[in-house]
Amino acid sequence: MLIFMNWIIIISVHELAVTERILEIALKYARAADAVRVTDVNIVVGRLSGIVDESVQFYWDLLSRDTLCRGSQLHFKRVAAQMQCLDCQHTYLLEDELTPCPQCNSVRLKTLAGEEFYLDSIEIENSAAQ
Amino acid sequence: MPNQKVPIVEKIMDANDQVAESNLQRVRQNGVFAINVMASPGAGKTSLILQTIRQLEDGVRIGVIEGDTAPVTIDADKILTTGRPVVQINTGGACHLDAVMVNRGLSELPLDEIDLLIIENVGNLVCPAGFKLGVHANVVIASTPEGDDKPYKYPNIYRGIDVLIINKIDLLPHLKFDMDQFRRGVEMLNPRLLTFPLSCETGEGVDAWTGWLKEQIASNKERVT
Repeated sequence: MLIFMNWIIIISVHELAVTERILEIALKYARAADAVRVTDVNIVVGRLSGIVDESVQFYWDLLSRDTLCRGSQLHFKRVAAQMQCLDCQHTYLLEDELTPCPQCNSVRLKTLAGEEFYLDSIEIENSAAQ
Repeated sequence: MPNQKVPIVEKIMDANDQVAESNLQRVRQNGVFAINVMASPGAGKTSLILQTIRQLEDGVRIGVIEGDTAPVTIDADKILTTGRPVVQINTGGACHLDAVMVNRGLSELPLDEIDLLIIENVGNLVCPAGFKLGVHANVVIASTPEGDDKPYKYPNIYRGIDVLIINKIDLLPHLKFDMDQFRRGVEMLNPRLLTFPLSCETGEGVDAWTGWLKEQIASNKERVT
């Protein structure tokens, strides 16, 4: 029998991979809008997406050095986790801990918000506006 | 110079998700049923794979993709001893597999000779949740010594998965593991999640899991032919 044993080596770190992706999207839209410089990048992060921490700004500064995004500031808008009870329809926000419905103690829940993770907008200086 | 706001609203994981989708197409076309196994280190990912291979010895051709953060082949070597095709993906320190890594892994496997592809993700309860790989079923293994609080502490990994395995149930008499408390947490995150309590050590409960796998493999083949 043939035995396969191959090695694939890929260097990447979680936040680094995410930051590269943010930069890619930001640059695509910046170029399309004829930006001469990107000043701000607005990202929406749901509390349940669990993806981003402060290291993203660190990677951002490194990765964007030679691009239109050089020196731009990342802004994270955190979206609270909003749950709806499927038994009594009560809606509530999750704090730090996962909790059952505070009204009827049901564990049958639906997530209404908190799973977001997207690039909302960028702020640019535009050559056409000169 | 006046500032201009450019609206975007693009999901940051879209690129990964698209590669994941093409991975899924690829395994589908080859009639392969693919699963992504996630768990913390030591929960029993490799043990479960070995038990699964043992129990499905007759007739099910299994391939394995092993994700590891370091170039150690301990897990892959164990699979190799079973004679099954295995690809090791070394993530170079990264905490998860992503769709591109799996895409490259698929190219190294004889997909037309595989019925069941098991992807062992990197041992981690946080990062793998964010990266779709392109599989039929996402599986999480929770083991009883980790404690009954894991769904409360790591909610994201339990969301959107298809199967939960509770491993090391043979240790329950020695642990303060409140099964109701654990399952209540899971229920809040993923209602009516298909769950298999089992022990890879004693083999108890493994047949229910492999029985489910056999059904999935069979109906997956039907869809292809």
